[in-house]
Amino acid sequence: MTAPAVELTGVNKIFNQGRPGEVTALTGVDLTIARGEFIALIGPSGCGKSTLLRLVADLIAPSSGTVTVAGKPARKARLDQEYGIAFQQAGLFEWRTVRRNVELPLELRGQGRRERRARAEEMLELVGLADFARHYPAQLSGGMQQRVAIARALAVHPPLLLMDEPFGALDEMTRERLQDELLRICGTTGTSTIFVTHSIPEAVYLADRVVVMSPRPGRITGIVPIDLGERTETTRQSPGFFTGITKVRAALRGTEAAVGAER
Amino acid sequence: MRMIRTTLAAGLGLVAGVALWEGYKAVGDPQGTEILGVRLLPRASDAAMPHVLDILERFGRAELTGGDPIWTVVLAACLFTLRNVAVGFAAGGLVGLLLAVLMQRFRLAERGLLPYVILSQTVPLIALAPVIAGWGGRLQLGAYPWQPWMSVSVIAAYLAFFPVAVGALRGLQSPAPIAEELMRSYAAGWWRTLWKLRLPASTPYLFPALRLAGASAVVGAVVGEISTGTRGGIGRLIIEYSREATSDPAKVYTAMIGAALLGLAVAGVVALAELLLTRRTVVTS
Ligand SMILES: Nc1ncnc2c1ncn2[C@@H]1O[C@H](COP(=O)(O)OP(=O)(O)OP(=O)(O)O)[C@@H](O)[C@H]1O
Ligand SMILES: [Mg+2]
Repeated sequence: MTAPAVELTGVNKIFNQGRPGEVTALTGVDLTIARGEFIALIGPSGCGKSTLLRLVADLIAPSSGTVTVAGKPARKARLDQEYGIAFQQAGLFEWRTVRRNVELPLELRGQGRRERRARAEEMLELVGLADFARHYPAQLSGGMQQRVAIARALAVHPPLLLMDEPFGALDEMTRERLQDELLRICGTTGTSTIFVTHSIPEAVYLADRVVVMSPRPGRITGIVPIDLGERTETTRQSPGFFTGITKVRAALRGTEAAVGAER
Repeated sequence: MRMIRTTLAAGLGLVAGVALWEGYKAVGDPQGTEILGVRLLPRASDAAMPHVLDILERFGRAELTGGDPIWTVVLAACLFTLRNVAVGFAAGGLVGLLLAVLMQRFRLAERGLLPYVILSQTVPLIALAPVIAGWGGRLQLGAYPWQPWMSVSVIAAYLAFFPVAVGALRGLQSPAPIAEELMRSYAAGWWRTLWKLRLPASTPYLFPALRLAGASAVVGAVVGEISTGTRGGIGRLIIEYSREATSDPAKVYTAMIGAALLGLAVAGVVALAELLLTRRTVVTS
């Protein structure tokens, strides 16, 4: 058996521990993500979704508990560049062309110029921006920039993809198209994915399992398995899709009720 | 298009300046205007404010009777000073950039150094220049004795490093946290983050700072030449010509215009470097 893509055990994260402004962002998080699995993270604002993602990415360290990625400690996995990450904002380097933005992670891996270029162009083709390779980010719309950021995250063919509300600012049509593109890419490359979103239909449409979180303190309150099989044009109208949405909504309402009871 | 507009604006500014000068000469009191013993407006007499045409015409005439035309003398002096400016600008720019990198890297360095960087510019240059010249006189660089022009360059560098240090620090700190996290996710260390992210991100701050530094280096070199008594440069020429202000008032203005043009030339070189280094071929398809 190969190691799972991601494994969190007993993870707690407390910001500013022992100082004024102490925040318990996550408590007792246990989560195992299988290879090739697509996980959607959903929960009210401030429940620690981004924090969870940043822990997996080793951009911050847990206060206690362990995070392993591909069987390695998160730090080692980061140094081995086991994952690609896309944030809510595109975060492109404005002094680089679109193509050279996508090339950046390859450049840092020491890949040759020609190889880099070919890969970047392939990725831009994938997100439908081949014609914009020589443009600068400022010349693109927000949605196009976001797609460049996704191409950049995918360029190294990471075994793990971390995405923090990447489609948050997009219109519904672009969003749905990108969802399909993303599923196709992950399906063909066998990539494991953690995808943070605020949209219940998006979570249900994309994920194999929807992880529902609740705030104060941030924790996982439920995991809703979704079994829709291959996504097609009819999936969004299928009864299974709506059942999934209802289940996730119920799970989320549970967290709301819990919050209400606290008050 | 931008080029044309810039040139046009600069030309208009020049015309306006000349018009202001000549206009004031036409209406101003030749003895200047004083209220309660305080001089508010300068003398408009030909001795204090020669006509623009007189100044231009003075460029063509000989410096002393039978000598070279003054424009060649001013040009030679400018070129002499330019070397000091260039060395001072390069050294100051480098020191400023290194300080900025150091301050960006270590918070402690920023807290410890920045106040002194700012303090350094409050020391009056006139007081500092003789000190630098005095120290330099006792230095020996390997086999080479310290040259007076080196003191001038040090003074130019002293003025030039400041805007670069402050501007570059601001620029190096300018990347958004998300960009820094991205570099971290690529397992890029400090050095590569500096090279791929911070330095390119700093150019919008760095180049204006360099332009300022260029102008400061010219001022530093001119003042340095005057206060160390270095011969051959434009600073020396300004002092020499100003002694003849009563007999030949247009003369000192030729040297001053020379110094101003020198500053413009340095700023122009920086602007050109910026154009070449940050050129973005904008594709519209
Ligand atoms: N660097 C930090 N320092 C202090 N507190 C932080 C920091 N980052 C996050 N927090 C706190 O941790 C909690 C979880 O934040 P997080 O960003 O993970 O929420 P989120 O679920 O991603 O919210 P959203 O859906 O609005 O993006 C919040 O209460 C937040 O204030
Ligand atoms: Mg978030």
